[in-house]
Formats: sequence, C-alpha cells, structure tokens
Amino acid sequence: MTQLLRTEKKLFAAALVLGVVFAGCKREDKPAEGSGPAAGGASGTAGATPGDGPILVGEYSSMTGAEATFGQSTHNGIMLAVEEVNAAGGIKGRKVEIKLYDTQGKTQEAGTAVTRLITQDKVTAVLGEVASSLSLAGGAVAQQFGVPMVTPSSTNERVTKIGDMIFRVCFIDPFQGYVMAKFSRDNLKAAKVAVLYDQSQAYSKGLKDAFVKSFTEMGGEIASEQAYNKGDSDFNAQLANIRDAKPDAIFIPGYYTDVGNIALQARKLGITAPLMGGDGWDSSELPKIAGEAIEGGYFSNHYSHEEQRPEVRNFVKAYQAKYSAVPDGLAAMGYDAARLLFDAMKRAASLSGKDLAQAIGETKDYASVTGKITIDAGRNARKPAVVLQIKGGKHAYVATIDPK
Amino acid sequence: MNGGAAVRSVKSNAAAIAAGVLFAVLLQFVLRGVMGPFVSKVMLDIGINIILALSLNIVNGFTGQFSIGHAGFMAVGGYAAAAITYYGSLLLWGSAAIHGDIMGPGDMLFLGACGAGGCAAALAGLVVGLPSLRLRGDYLAIVTLGFGEIIRVLIQQTGDVLLTADEVRSASPGTVLTSLGGSLGFPGIPFYTNLFWVWIWVAVTLAAVWRLKYSGLGRAFLSIREDELAAEAMGVPTTRVKVTAFVISAFFAGIAGALFAHLVGTTLNPGELGFQKSFDIIIMVVLGGMGSISGSIIAAIVLTILPEALRAVADYRMIAYAVFLIALMIWRPSGLFGVRELWELGPFRRRGEAKPS
Repeated sequence: MTQLLRTEKKLFAAALVLGVVFAGCKREDKPAEGSGPAAGGASGTAGATPGDGPILVGEYSSMTGAEATFGQSTHNGIMLAVEEVNAAGGIKGRKVEIKLYDTQGKTQEAGTAVTRLITQDKVTAVLGEVASSLSLAGGAVAQQFGVPMVTPSSTNERVTKIGDMIFRVCFIDPFQGYVMAKFSRDNLKAAKVAVLYDQSQAYSKGLKDAFVKSFTEMGGEIASEQAYNKGDSDFNAQLANIRDAKPDAIFIPGYYTDVGNIALQARKLGITAPLMGGDGWDSSELPKIAGEAIEGGYFSNHYSHEEQRPEVRNFVKAYQAKYSAVPDGLAAMGYDAARLLFDAMKRAASLSGKDLAQAIGETKDYASVTGKITIDAGRNARKPAVVLQIKGGKHAYVATIDPK
Repeated sequence: MNGGAAVRSVKSNAAAIAAGVLFAVLLQFVLRGVMGPFVSKVMLDIGINIILALSLNIVNGFTGQFSIGHAGFMAVGGYAAAAITYYGSLLLWGSAAIHGDIMGPGDMLFLGACGAGGCAAALAGLVVGLPSLRLRGDYLAIVTLGFGEIIRVLIQQTGDVLLTADEVRSASPGTVLTSLGGSLGFPGIPFYTNLFWVWIWVAVTLAAVWRLKYSGLGRAFLSIREDELAAEAMGVPTTRVKVTAFVISAFFAGIAGALFAHLVGTTLNPGELGFQKSFDIIIMVVLGGMGSISGSIIAAIVLTILPEALRAVADYRMIAYAVFLIALMIWRPSGLFGVRELWELGPFRRRGEAKPS
C-alpha cells in the first residue's frame, strides 16, 4: 500500500515537473513557432517545382543555452532578410530557404550541426555563429567542405583566419577596444580608467587588451586592472580595489548578465564613475537586471536604431512590424550577414563554394544597416562603430567612430 | 577462477580486441564511404562518449565513489596530447598540418600523444586521488568538482599559442607549456582523429574494463561499493584500491580527451570541458546502470544519437531529452540495467547458469 502510494506520488511529481516545463517552454518559444510553419510551407511549395528548387542556406545559432537571446535575435534578423529577398523575387529566380540548427552554445554541437547542414541538407552557404568559439568549431568544418560561411557577429580575430571560406560582417575585437579608448579620451576626457574584465572569455580579454594598448598609446593611464570569471556573483573585492584607485571611468567588456551584477555592486560601494563596455552589453535584459545602476553607461555597438540613414529606418520599421520589438545589434548583424550573402549570390558566376566565396570577398561599400561594409583581404569587414548610452533603460545614440 | 579459465579468458580477450580492431578498420576504410561524413561524425562522437562512460563507470559504477570531475581529466589528457602533436609537428616538420598517410609519422606522433595524454591524466588522477579518496560520498564529489574547476581555470590563464617552429625553439619550456590558447581554446590542432583510432581505443578500453570487472581488483572495487567497512575488515586496502580505480579511470578519460582534441568540428576549449561535460558523462553512466558495462555503452550510444535525431524538433529537443531522462529515472531508478549486463537480463538470461563465484 505504502509502496503504491509512493509510486503514485512520484508519478504525480513527474507530471507536475513536465507540466511546468512544457508551460514554460510554450511561452518562451512563440516567435520560433511562428517561423516553423512558414519554413515548412515554403518547402512544401518547393516540392511542387523540383526543377528550380529553393536555395538552401544553413544557419547554426544558440537558440537555447546561456546566450540564447543572442541566437534568437540573430535568427529574427536573418528571417527578415529572407522574407524580403523572397518577396523581391528571390535570387536568380529561386527562393531562399533557411535551415536552422541549435548549438546550445556547445562547440561539439556546432561542429555536428554544420557537418549535418553541409553533408545532409546540402546547403549552399552557412550563416552563424554569434560566439567566436562556436564559429571556430563550425568554421573548420565549413572550410573542410569548401562551403562559404558568413558569421554575423563573431568578433574574435582568429575566426576568419581559418581559411578562405570564412567571412564576417562585424568588426573585430581590437577595433572595439580602440573605439572605446578613443571615445573615453576624446569624448569623456578621461585620464585614468580602471578595467574589470572576464578572464574566462576570450571576447572580454581581447577587448581589454586592445583597450589598454590603445588607451595608453593615447596618453591615458590604466588606474587598475581587475579580473573575474564568468558566472561569479560577488565582485566586491575587485570593485573595492577599483574604488580606491579613483578612476575617471571603468571599462567592463563583459556579457550583460555579469555586467548587470557588477553595476549594481559598484553603485552599492559608492562608485560613481561612468561605466563603459562593448557589444556584450547589447541586450534589453541589461537595464532590467541593473536598473538605475547602469544608467548613463556607454558601450560600443554595431549600429543604433536611432540613426537616420534610410537603411536603418527601413530595417527598424520592418522589424518592428514583424516582431513588435526594437531590433538590437545582433538582429541587425544577422540581417546584414544574410543580405550580404544574398547580394553575393546574385553577383556570383555560380553558386559553387569557390565562386560564391569570391563574390563575397569582392563586396565593396555595401550599404547595410550597420554601416558601409567592405570585405578586406583578411575576409573581415571594414566599417565604423557607434557608441551608445543607456538612458531611461533605452539605448541612445552618442557618436560614430570610423576605422583607423 | 582457476588457471584454465584464466587462459581461456585471456584468449577470448585477445579475440575481443582483434574483433574491435577489425571493426575499426572496417569502419574507417569500408563503411565510412557508405555512411557519409555526417554519420561518420556521429560515430566518432559515439566512440568518444563510450570511452568516457566506460572509464567513469570504473569509479562511479564499480567502486561506488561519486566523481564529478571527469571532464577535468579529459581536459588534462586533451591539452597534453594537443600540445605534443601541435608543438611536436612544428618542431619536427615545420608546420602543424597533418603529416604522412595512415600509420605514417604523423599518425604515430598522434598515437604517442594519446598515450602521453592518458598518462598525464592518470598522473592527475593520482595527485587528486591520494589525498581525497580518504574522503567518502559527498566530500569526494566536492573535491572532484573542485579539481575539474581548477583545471578549467588554470587553462584559461594560459597565453596564446606559438605559431612558428622558430618561436617554439627560442621560447623556454615554461613558456611553451603555458601557451595553450587560453579561454578561446587551442587553435590549429591537426585533425588526426578518425574512426579507426577512435574505435581502436574503444576496443582497448572495453577489453580493459571488462577484464577489470571480473579480476581480483574488480572484486575489490565491487566490495568497496557494497560496504566499505566490511571490505576493509576483509583485508581490502580500501584507499589504495580506490586510488587505483581513480587512476585507471583518469587514464582512459585522458585518451578520450586526446581523441576529442584532434577531432574536426570541435574546439578544445576550457569552457567546453567544464562541469556540464562531467555531468553529461555521469548521466550516461547512471542511465546505463552504475556498474554495467553494456549499460554504459548503450547509454552512450543512445544519448549521442538522441539529441541528433531530435534536432528536427529544434527548440523542443532538449525538453524531450529531459523528459526521457526523467521518465527513465522514475521507472528504472537504477538505470537501464542496474549492475547487470545486457545478457543477464530477462529474455537473454540463460537458465540454470549460476553467477561465477
């Protein structure tokens, strides 16, 4: 009897857990659900006309895991670009279709996803990843099979060095460090800056190194250099050191979750110096986590939705109409990566890996949402960066800083 | 076990390894063309996961200790092997590209690196095991967790890799040892891992674990799991036996790490080999049944294929995966097979055959 009861209890508990899990997931996954049937419908029509089937483009993104908002924004941007190119008649008379695989933010998954995209789904090109470590894993596979890959926002230098098939539409880490150094010297007139970076993330370390180098070259002084590890929750020791160094500003090139906690604890310790960071700050979650504490903070980013260029205005309008949200930088990068790829497909002699890679490499002064893009010999994008300020929980445009 | 049985089992053991080698050769040279690159990639992942699950099973399953730092040993082995092949290739041949054909000098370097990676991990196992295996239960779990995290953080502190042979020659050994790529991972490792090497190592691991389970030492492992006090009273040197289990387990984890490091489509980075990875391996062992060899293998296969098969349902796949695990834990809390093997269960069981005593 008691045994039976216990089993029943266990079952009930399990059912409860499952119920909660499913309920939770349904709410979160609404936008993705919307894109599912659309893709399915498109493939249905493709089956009807086999001769000129759609051009299949692979995408691998972190749709789940710690950086899921990055992957979802990027995917939204890409889907918008696909919709537009299909509405305008497609490429060479063929429609474009996206095949998306989740990477969970794991490199092994990224490698398998790209292998599957290329060898099973036979995609023409690959879009992804946001995180540099994942792009390195996926990129090696794309290079091996000779399929061009365009990463929307992997800013680490090493990614495009994999080989001649790997491109990016974002600037690289050293440039972001330079931008914030220049901004703090020229606009904030800062003489002494403290640095607090995430030593477990290559992204954060790369930005820090570039910032320190550029800032000292410009005659500034690094008051204090402190490190933390991703997932830390107590930053008081580092912040107390920074407070004692009395900096004019603090550079925190981390991801938004940690930055939010750091900002809260810094203000609690009585630090009033302005906070600065890189594009890892670009999430609507940051003001929600840090509230007042992050107000007035500056960060470098790929674009500002307040810019008045026609590309930006059209993109923001279309994005808002489709997703009823203001697009963040990652959405803009996803949109640009997809559009740049489609543009190259239109220009390419054929859709073979070699011809397509050549066409992407020849991209020059391409008017995109995140600024005029020219792909250089290193397959990196040469383009300006913008500096934004967090005001009232929103991102306000402050300045544009051009490449050196 | 009498002498005749021992000879017989050595023979069947050799036969098992020979069969494994044959399977590996078949996979690499015949079936790879048929399977295509994607299935091959999954087969590689399966092989590596089998080695990981089998090796963790020695500590968590046979000996009944709870180690949650297995990815740490994997990282030690992976980084040691990667440093040997990468810097070795630079010094010997001037570039880190793949050198020579199958069984050529490059492959031999890789094989040596695998062995060295295993030994480095075994050494780490000894260093961690000696002081900590006097602890029991939760305390050991905490120490192993701490070990995994220490390894991860240490690797994160390393600098960028050296790019040319001249740089390596002019650098001090200390500099070379601390140039492992830091948090973004070790770049430029030649991709030596293929089906042949992975499945050879699967065969070796399987044979070793199999022999272990039914050896005197294996009995000692099992006695510690069942009742440590009683085992000690019966004259089993518990600490030494536990350390031995730990070292053997770490050795094969190091091998798996070395294979993982040289696999195309992964980056050897410390974030990947953190405690999440340790848990993935634990799940395989628990799911298959603590102490069951066939259980570990089947769980490793199922848990590698399942996320891949469910990829089509995109965002929902991790939920389906979790549901599967929860369901299994409710209806079979001791794992698929418990401590038994596949053929000791239900329809496979041969009647009247008593367990060897």
